[in-house]
Amino acid sequence: MTRVNVLYFASLRDAAQVAGETVSTDAADLRALYDELQARHQLPFPARQLRVAVNGEFANWSAPLSEGSDVAFIPPVSGG
Amino acid sequence: MPRFTLSSTPFDTATLRAGLLDASVGAYASFEGWVRNHNDGRGVHGLHYEAYATLAQTEGDRIIDEAVAKFAILDARCVHRVGDLAVGELAVWVGVTAAHRDAAFAACRFIIDEVKSRAPIWKHERYVAGGAGWLHPGGEEIR
Repeated sequence: MTRVNVLYFASLRDAAQVAGETVSTDAADLRALYDELQARHQLPFPARQLRVAVNGEFANWSAPLSEGSDVAFIPPVSGG
Repeated sequence: MPRFTLSSTPFDTATLRAGLLDASVGAYASFEGWVRNHNDGRGVHGLHYEAYATLAQTEGDRIIDEAVAKFAILDARCVHRVGDLAVGELAVWVGVTAAHRDAAFAACRFIIDEVKSRAPIWKHERYVAGGAGWLHPGGEEIR
């Protein structure tokens, strides 16, 4: 099991009803982690519509999880 | 000093502009994005910007670094508001200095376009007719 700190923003936070949570998971990579959390919280986007960041930098969905890291799921942005 | 910043309070563009000007500057171009009272046919009361601040800062600075590398400009800054904004408030400002106008205009356009498409910042609109919603362009509609 790997423990990671997951951050949710905008409509993902509304769906998860928390801004962040610590998750213990057997997910092999970031995509599997998102799929697990999407099912748990009924998150409103498939992974292909999102970007993912680890410890404040954009990351690849196929990257393995690293113990204690901050994982943020980035829904389509709308600044400006 | 970071060239991209998030601001939770209103900011003064004259001060930002003055900070960019010096004797080598022949052209200054800026863009200001304002909160308007309508979007997609619906009346808008105001909005809330949320950011993933750590990554927005990194990505915003990266965008300005790219602009400096890509265009013949001297310097650039961008400030984006976060938090609650009313109609008529300034939401985002970009300022660019260069020797000549072509590069200043082009870099200014590049920076605002990239910030809008890449910076992890989200807009939550409150509607005159009631209700509110996050804007997630290209994603599914969320209400």
